[in-house]
Amino acid sequence: MLFCIKKNWEMSVNSNLVEDQYIAAYKDMLLIRRFEEKCSQLYGMGEIAGFCHLYIGQEAIIAAVKLAKKENDCMITSYRDHGHIIAAGTEPKYVLAELTGKSTGCSAGKGGSMHMFDVKNKFYGGHGVVGAQVPIGTGLAFAEKYRNSGYISYTFLGDGAVNQGQVYESFNMAALWKLPVLYIIENNEYSMGTSVCRSTSMTELYKKGESFGIKGKRVNGMKLDEIYEAISDASNYVRLNNQPFILEMKTYRYRGHSMSDPAKYRTKEEVDDYKNHNDPINYVKDILVSKFCVSDEELKAIEKDIKFTIQEAVNFCESSPVPDESELKTQIYVGLN
Amino acid sequence: MRSLTVREALREAMREEMSKDDSIFIIGEEVAQYQGAYKVTQGLLEEFGEKRVIDSPITEHGFTGFAIGAAFSGLRPIVEFMTFNFSLQAMDQIINSAAKTHYMSGGQVTCPIVFRGPNGAASRVGAQHSQNFAAWFSHIPGLKVVAPYSSEDACGLLRSAILDPNPVIFLENELLYGASFEVSDVIEPLEIGKAKIVRNGKDVTITAFSIQVKLALEAAEILAKIGIEVEIIDLRTIKPLDCETIINSVKKTNRLVTVEEGWFFAGIGVSIAGIIMKEAFDYLDAPIEFVTGKDIPLPYASNLEKLALPSCEEIVIAVKKACYKN
Repeated sequence: MLFCIKKNWEMSVNSNLVEDQYIAAYKDMLLIRRFEEKCSQLYGMGEIAGFCHLYIGQEAIIAAVKLAKKENDCMITSYRDHGHIIAAGTEPKYVLAELTGKSTGCSAGKGGSMHMFDVKNKFYGGHGVVGAQVPIGTGLAFAEKYRNSGYISYTFLGDGAVNQGQVYESFNMAALWKLPVLYIIENNEYSMGTSVCRSTSMTELYKKGESFGIKGKRVNGMKLDEIYEAISDASNYVRLNNQPFILEMKTYRYRGHSMSDPAKYRTKEEVDDYKNHNDPINYVKDILVSKFCVSDEELKAIEKDIKFTIQEAVNFCESSPVPDESELKTQIYVGLN
Repeated sequence: MRSLTVREALREAMREEMSKDDSIFIIGEEVAQYQGAYKVTQGLLEEFGEKRVIDSPITEHGFTGFAIGAAFSGLRPIVEFMTFNFSLQAMDQIINSAAKTHYMSGGQVTCPIVFRGPNGAASRVGAQHSQNFAAWFSHIPGLKVVAPYSSEDACGLLRSAILDPNPVIFLENELLYGASFEVSDVIEPLEIGKAKIVRNGKDVTITAFSIQVKLALEAAEILAKIGIEVEIIDLRTIKPLDCETIINSVKKTNRLVTVEEGWFFAGIGVSIAGIIMKEAFDYLDAPIEFVTGKDIPLPYASNLEKLALPSCEEIVIAVKKACYKN
């Protein structure tokens, strides 16, 4: 019998997650992290171009949503979308092919980093204008209610989007028309280089729906189980009551806003503190080891599988053609090419 | 044949299509209980219920994005702007979300949506409520832009716009809502992208759309009296533009006058001129003439407003100039 060392970490909630769920989430988070580390490397090599916003540090949020959501619920986010589309079910190779501008990309090489789509998996983008996805996500919720489908809309936004007017127009409509939309504010502290306290007069972002009668909750966005419980509860509330809800995830991005951002608006110590003491992947890893006695070998096997998946994605991109020039003028209009 | 106002024709198109497809809904300010700011949607709430005829708050940016989301998800929204002037609030959603997402998603996402409402100058409502957006929207790949004149076209083209799998900007005109036209007993959907020759002539071609067609027809009557036979093309669709009909007409008449209420610079007329320069330059016997709105915000005072907008007299003068007749 294996001897488990009970680590003295704090469980912020009584988690209902079972071992398989922790492992699934761990795999998802690690896949997204390793995927984006590869993106960073390929960006440096010039294989990926343009704007490229990495999600590294925030992975627990989307991994928890994946655990909590129903298969046919819809999701929409802004431009920091690589993790979201992978969590929606798109194979990483199609995401990487999009990033490298190949015809096999999930958006046929026409979208790029900020415009990932997978409608089959009900992932509606990938939107480049801060806040613009919020009314669209609210409309997705309306359509689900219109069809009486029982599915809900997970609409993600950053702390920067919270200062866009259309977000409040959306809150108003969602509350007024009782729409099944869960707004998830991923508060990573900085809207590009401007901290929340420098951009937002009232910094408790989960309260931003109060004047519309929308309830909200702040969650430690670095702890998978805490996020999962909050999202599960909020999803049930949204689904059963046809009411919007706001979750504010306090999270942190390790990298700059985009690849060209040296992040001089914050100290190295601040970043290191998150990496060393609050890393969401290490948090789950600790639980796997100390609570579920997952062995080193098993963890290494997971790493190896992920490494293989990433290498496979790179190979796929290398062997994929760029879009044919005949594709330049297709897909502008349906039925008119 | 029967007589129908443009307002009734638009309503008939919506009623016809909504009765056949539950996924069509209409949203906008005052479209339901108030029966429409211009009464275009009168009676639709009673017929289709509040699930499908939705009064929105005054929140153009929000409800435009909202309707686009519903369209992405497979519904077919008709968005009424009380006037297109307010669409400026929603421009980012129309251009960046509605028009571009099909392309950006590699063809995965479709946006079957109609944005409709009165466009252009009404009467004495000042600069912020009197702007013509035909050129603005036509500039954007991914949008179709329709601007009918008659009741038959208003109904037939709106039916097609609702059935179209693409975002369609449907530009109406407040001053035409009450105008009556003879129409077919049953108005079928009309193909978007086809212009219509509304008067045949051999001497000079006029292109016009929306209420400017009326001015062109009046001008043609005056010109006929001095022996100039004008061919008038009602563009009906601005994008995609029916270039073939214009080019063929210019090849016949060898002269062209474009008429539009919008401003000259970067306008519809200069775009048509560019096409003619490319495709029919050798057929031109005179420089192309342009009748447009003056390059100013529309003034309130009656006399100034009249001066700012295209007139029948200006069309007559432009045609004479194109025909080298003073």
